[in-house]
Amino acid sequence: MSRVLSTPAAHGLLVLLLCAPLLWLGWAIAQEALAPGSVLGADPADAVVDYLGHWSLRLLLVALAISPLRRLLGVPAIGRFRRTAGLIAFGTVVCHLLAYALLLNGLDLTVLVEDLTERRYIIAGMVAVVLLIPLAVTSTRGWQRRLRKRWQTLHRLVFPAMGAALLHLFWLTKDGFGEPLFYAAVFAALLIERIVSYRRRPTIASVARGEVPA
Amino acid sequence: MLSGMPGRTLAAADTSDPQQRWPFDEPLTPENIVTGYNNFYEFGLDKTDPARYAEALTTTPWSVEIAGAAERTGRFDLDDVLKDLAVEDRVYRFRCVEAWSMVVPWQGVSLGALLNKFKPTSNAKYVEFTTLKRPSEMRGQRSFFSGIDWPYVEGLRMDEAQHPLSLIATGVYGKPLPNQNGAPLRLIVPWKYGFKSIKSIVKIRFMERQPKNTWQILAPREYGFYANVNPDVDHPRWSQASERRLPSTLFSPNRRPTLPFNGYGEEVAGLYAGLDLQRNF
Repeated sequence: MSRVLSTPAAHGLLVLLLCAPLLWLGWAIAQEALAPGSVLGADPADAVVDYLGHWSLRLLLVALAISPLRRLLGVPAIGRFRRTAGLIAFGTVVCHLLAYALLLNGLDLTVLVEDLTERRYIIAGMVAVVLLIPLAVTSTRGWQRRLRKRWQTLHRLVFPAMGAALLHLFWLTKDGFGEPLFYAAVFAALLIERIVSYRRRPTIASVARGEVPA
Repeated sequence: MLSGMPGRTLAAADTSDPQQRWPFDEPLTPENIVTGYNNFYEFGLDKTDPARYAEALTTTPWSVEIAGAAERTGRFDLDDVLKDLAVEDRVYRFRCVEAWSMVVPWQGVSLGALLNKFKPTSNAKYVEFTTLKRPSEMRGQRSFFSGIDWPYVEGLRMDEAQHPLSLIATGVYGKPLPNQNGAPLRLIVPWKYGFKSIKSIVKIRFMERQPKNTWQILAPREYGFYANVNPDVDHPRWSQASERRLPSTLFSPNRRPTLPFNGYGEEVAGLYAGLDLQRNF
């Protein structure tokens, strides 16, 4: 299992899978250029922002699920996918932000500033993006080496970022809370798994007592 | 300037170009968008859900209950409700509270004339409308995660209801109203946000006190009773200063400034003389 997952083919397949929402959108936008309204409907800017927003949340949850999955299945090779999943999720988040600023607002700075200062769901969304930026920047092996233990601490920012992103969705929802509640439940489950696995981690004392293999 | 004024009779049916058949100084929103992209939460939250799922609704037979402060009350068959009322063409701007808008050629009857058939008494200061509640045919009403307490209700002040612009629509684009647009009869109040224009009406009640409306019950900070289109009063979560006129495309958002009272200020601003529109949003 580990050997298969470590191959470049497995990695390539994962990249393709996680990029599928972006690839579909690229195709849809090309169709829109040829025949407006053909794929994205009557209000395509709204549709694109909405689509990217939902996929941002889903992909962030996928990235957050990699480590728990690795532990639950006991397959260390799964851990290799964490950076890839995180970066693709971040890329989708950036596209969501760009679509909002360019397509929906037409880069109208007064509207953008008003949104950023007055609308709490926009502020929550921006907080999530800002928190994710240092994580994307320091995602390389080089930064991992340079920051050592602090890298782990820094990358815990993904949890408040996810929280802010969920708040963003809750605050913009008019009615129909099924989807935000589902995402929140998945996020909660992923957090609980982390707490449980952290509590169960082998300590020096337990290793010394011979309770767990070193 | 407005071709949506009452009194115009049905245009000749042989004109194939909608823009000529229903003249208006702004382009009409194409029929497939008017009937394919709208909010009707009774059928789902997505704006394509109504067109997809409203087929399940049966609209015959249809009756409307008239209640409250009127001389003629009771349950009336749809034909009796509409009998003797002239069907007119009205081209109106339609501005959704979500900051998108359309231009729609409706067919329908004057709301004031319809209400007067039931002889409202002097106690009738307001009128409340109720949408059908039939979860077996309206899948959105079966949703576990909706905060809406069905049925959908809306209300108008009596003078708003009696205003010549207020319409009970029974058709759009020269055809009977499709289910997704609120068949068989719906309200159209063009100077108010779209959610006031309640669909698939089964009850009209004349009241002395101001009725509650569904969105006000759900989020009173965000939606008021009046809901007049007003670029100067933002929705707490987004600006109302401009709107995307549909169809919008990715490469030209078709954004335009929102007009006070959706451009019908000349006709209706007088209704609100002395009323603080910032507070009574």
